[in-house]
Amino acid sequence: MSKQYETVIGLEVHVELATKTKIFCGCSTAFGAAPNTQTCPVCTGMPGSLPVLNKQVLEYAIAVGLATNCDITRYAKFDRKNYFYPDNPQNYQISQLYLPICRNGGVEIETEEGGKKIVGIHEIHMEEDAGKLIHDEWEDCSLVDYNRSGVPLIEIVSEPDMRNAEEVIAYLEKLRLVIQYLGASDCKLQEGSMRADVNLSVRKMGAEAFGTRTEMKNLNSFKAITRAIEGETERQIDLLEAGESVVQETRRWDDAREKSYAMRSKEDAQDYRYFPDPDLTPISVSEEMLQEIRERQPEFRTEKMARYREEFDIPDYDIEIITGEKPLADLFEAAVAQGAQPKKVSNWIMGETLRLMKEREVDASDLRFSPENLAKLIALTEAKQINSSVAKEVFEVMFEENVDPERYVEEKGLKTVNDEGALKKTIEEVIAANPQSVEDYRNGKEKAIGFLVGQTMKAMKGKADPGAVNQMLREFLQN
Amino acid sequence: MNIVDMTATQLSAAIRAGETTAVDAAEAVLAQIKKEDKNYNCYVTVDAEGALAQAKEVQAKIEAGELTGPLAGVPVAVKDNICTEGLLTTCSSKILHNFVPTYTAEAVKNLQKAGAVILGKTNMDEFAMGSTTETSAYGPTKNPRNTDHVPGGSSGGSAAAVAAGECIYAIGSDTGGSIRQPASYCGVVGMKPTYGTVSRYGLIAYGSSLDQIGPLTKDVRDCAAVLEALSSHDAKDSTSVSREDTDFTAALVEDVKGLRIGIPNDYLGEGLDDEVRTAVLQAAAVLEKKGAVVERFDLSLVEYAIPAYYTIAAAEASSNLERFDGIKYGYRTKEYAGLHNMYKKSRSEGFGEEVKRRIMLGSFVLSSGYYDAYYLKALKVKALIKKAFDDAFAKYDLILGPVAPTTAPKLGESLADPIQMYLGDIYTIAVNLAGLPGISVPCGQDSKGLPIGLQLIGDCFQEKKLLRAAYTYQQEVSRHE
Amino acid sequence: MTNIISDETIEYVGILAKLELSAEEKEQAKSDMGRMLDYIDKLGELDTADVEPMSHVFPVENVFREDVVTNGDERERLLSNAPQEKDGMFVVPKTFE
Repeated sequence: MSKQYETVIGLEVHVELATKTKIFCGCSTAFGAAPNTQTCPVCTGMPGSLPVLNKQVLEYAIAVGLATNCDITRYAKFDRKNYFYPDNPQNYQISQLYLPICRNGGVEIETEEGGKKIVGIHEIHMEEDAGKLIHDEWEDCSLVDYNRSGVPLIEIVSEPDMRNAEEVIAYLEKLRLVIQYLGASDCKLQEGSMRADVNLSVRKMGAEAFGTRTEMKNLNSFKAITRAIEGETERQIDLLEAGESVVQETRRWDDAREKSYAMRSKEDAQDYRYFPDPDLTPISVSEEMLQEIRERQPEFRTEKMARYREEFDIPDYDIEIITGEKPLADLFEAAVAQGAQPKKVSNWIMGETLRLMKEREVDASDLRFSPENLAKLIALTEAKQINSSVAKEVFEVMFEENVDPERYVEEKGLKTVNDEGALKKTIEEVIAANPQSVEDYRNGKEKAIGFLVGQTMKAMKGKADPGAVNQMLREFLQN
Repeated sequence: MNIVDMTATQLSAAIRAGETTAVDAAEAVLAQIKKEDKNYNCYVTVDAEGALAQAKEVQAKIEAGELTGPLAGVPVAVKDNICTEGLLTTCSSKILHNFVPTYTAEAVKNLQKAGAVILGKTNMDEFAMGSTTETSAYGPTKNPRNTDHVPGGSSGGSAAAVAAGECIYAIGSDTGGSIRQPASYCGVVGMKPTYGTVSRYGLIAYGSSLDQIGPLTKDVRDCAAVLEALSSHDAKDSTSVSREDTDFTAALVEDVKGLRIGIPNDYLGEGLDDEVRTAVLQAAAVLEKKGAVVERFDLSLVEYAIPAYYTIAAAEASSNLERFDGIKYGYRTKEYAGLHNMYKKSRSEGFGEEVKRRIMLGSFVLSSGYYDAYYLKALKVKALIKKAFDDAFAKYDLILGPVAPTTAPKLGESLADPIQMYLGDIYTIAVNLAGLPGISVPCGQDSKGLPIGLQLIGDCFQEKKLLRAAYTYQQEVSRHE
Repeated sequence: MTNIISDETIEYVGILAKLELSAEEKEQAKSDMGRMLDYIDKLGELDTADVEPMSHVFPVENVFREDVVTNGDERERLLSNAPQEKDGMFVVPKTFE
């Protein structure tokens, strides 16, 4: 039955900008502070306080607009969106309706069938985030924390150009990469620095008119988005098939129950009475300002991939993965700049780094070790000062605490012992203690040498070069 | 001379000369408040202790030669919609009955830098919405010239306090005439500067695009001195303007030769009291005699200013007053069932009738389907009104007219018919729409002994012309008294 | 009065403005708002087809601040006016169903 229907999807994506301060006041945006400790009269709606625009917010918004092929509005304004809710201290949100900063853009995505497709961007506007509401189980009330109130957001509104969950994910990935590359946001879905509301409608295959759409909120992972799209498509088709009609409304997705719920109430008139905010002046974007921002635009992913292919002798697959996360590409380039061999750096990223990220659920943007330390670790291995298993051990510590590998190896006494006398003595002891294995080796059992190398390494507490041990053992046993 | 009868300029000179001290001045004015305020109700809050502590500090700085200006050591009254750290600020509303700001408005900070001693907070129409100071939740203020009459509004407490000697000067706010009209009714000088001249940071907003803080003083000289201290470019107020010509006392020159003054015929027509008309035209004659070129002309669009103003001001107010919700500060209703009921009950119990009337109107004109017809239309009419003033100022240096159609009405006569009350703002309101400076100067009294005010209006940033003309007029008149 | 305000309109505006009016206040509000709108309708006499709406009187544009942290922890002060607080936060009736 669903084959007879087409799903039409548009997204409203909110991205928290990576500024140091809030959009209209000098409060810090740092994450994780105690409730209400990053607030002032402006972001808590104290009577008499007034907003002043953070210039960096405007520059980031324009940079994202340029990177997504938008027209930049040369005369833009802020409007007030009026609605009562406790997380919104003024009971209006400063946003942009009539003259948003960017319009008429689009990004190219790859479709499932391997083709390419443009997803249009209707507009990008700047606005302020709301505070956080916490439910108090004990007293059956809610508590308000305004630390997030006034954190700058851009809202990217797409055209209804997507037709399935895969295209939605591809579009979000594309936006995430562009914005990450710009340094305008870390775009973390789980932590809410990137949030997507899904506008979805269905229509009979081949129909031209759009169906009635619903808006779904509370989607904080790609999986939730996929399930919500499937669930809502099904719900709407069921309604139409049953001869009922879809109601235009906002729905909240409950991912645990895999169901959406209407968020309507009589008190929620959805009539926002937008009007130009008289407290803020209009924004006039000059050609010079645009030019400056254009000149500062970074190398984006496609360009970076091409350059890597040109400059570094590493596999295409590695290039794909490394450039797929801006922090990984930054790490790679910085480590190479420290003199490490590109292939070695790439191996450390593709191997241990990705493994530990997965195992410990760490985002690329939260990696703790510095490229300098990675380069040092590679240098230690290259100089055979440590062997590869020690290197992995040191890397795990670096991954957690960004220790200086040189100092760490020194302090823990992990350096390969190049003292031939000590090694000789240990090998003699191992040979004496394992007559059976010696016998086996001499009888042609190659495997036995491995056991003896292992025993020697163990006795040396791992601080020997296994190659050298192997070599010396063979020499000993030949005599 | 009695301290409470002195101007700021006179008092500060006496303090500097060692004839009196800032502490003696504060004590004298506090004694006057104690004696008189039960009759007039000028103040919502009097901070006697704080005032004396400030006076001591200021006196030390004066003696050390750190403070030398005309406001050093002079006691001032502040309208109760201007935030003062640690001092109750209510907007004369129940909804802010217990609100103690955590910061001080930029304008007040500027006065403090000049050595002002803050006495307390003056009564006003609730949230500055009204023309009589009768909509205050803390009772009406009475006109010191005749206590059966209103002092005007919304800065009625400030104007009355100046007239009653309960402060040496005061500051107020003017959104549609709220400084000029009570100044006129109480027989003092009041000025609304060009929009953006005085920072709005810390002024609890009514109509953000119209609000300006300004002085209420005993004479034009003080008015210039206070405005000079109040003015500053404030990075915390995006609409604040950077000006270099704020040495307003330099404009206190007795010279109007060749100054072109236009009197709009539209300001002398129907509805204007005969005694007011006569007094205003006599004032014009005084300026003409001093060498000004006085002419009549048609300003046009005057009758459209009030509907445009009430649309814009109500719309902005409906949004500005959303923050009073019983969560972060102020009044919260005692019993409620859920969030929205809490909002509604707190606001309905906390706001008075006139405030609710304007919030309802403002919410309606912005609501879906009406925005273009009402709000946008009003913004277009505002553009036309601004254009009419631009045309007038191409021909004239100043516009002269009455402040209000009548002298102060009796208490209890105005609130019954809101539209009739709004019509009283007809000569002051367009000035706010166009962002212009305007001054109200006493020009006599009617047969009942109630003061009449002369209004002078200048083009944007032309405060000095206004002050020069007002000063010339006052000097000339005082010689004949 | 040419603008007749219905009960539904007053009810709706009450929801938008978060004001709860008594029956008597509602009647008064209907009449006040109707009269005010009649008066505001006077603006319709003016032809404004070619007029740009004016929000700001002066051409003040591009007022920005730099992205520098200037504020510290002001929680105590912030909460000093709160009708009800708990654990450094404002208490409100529960907002979740």
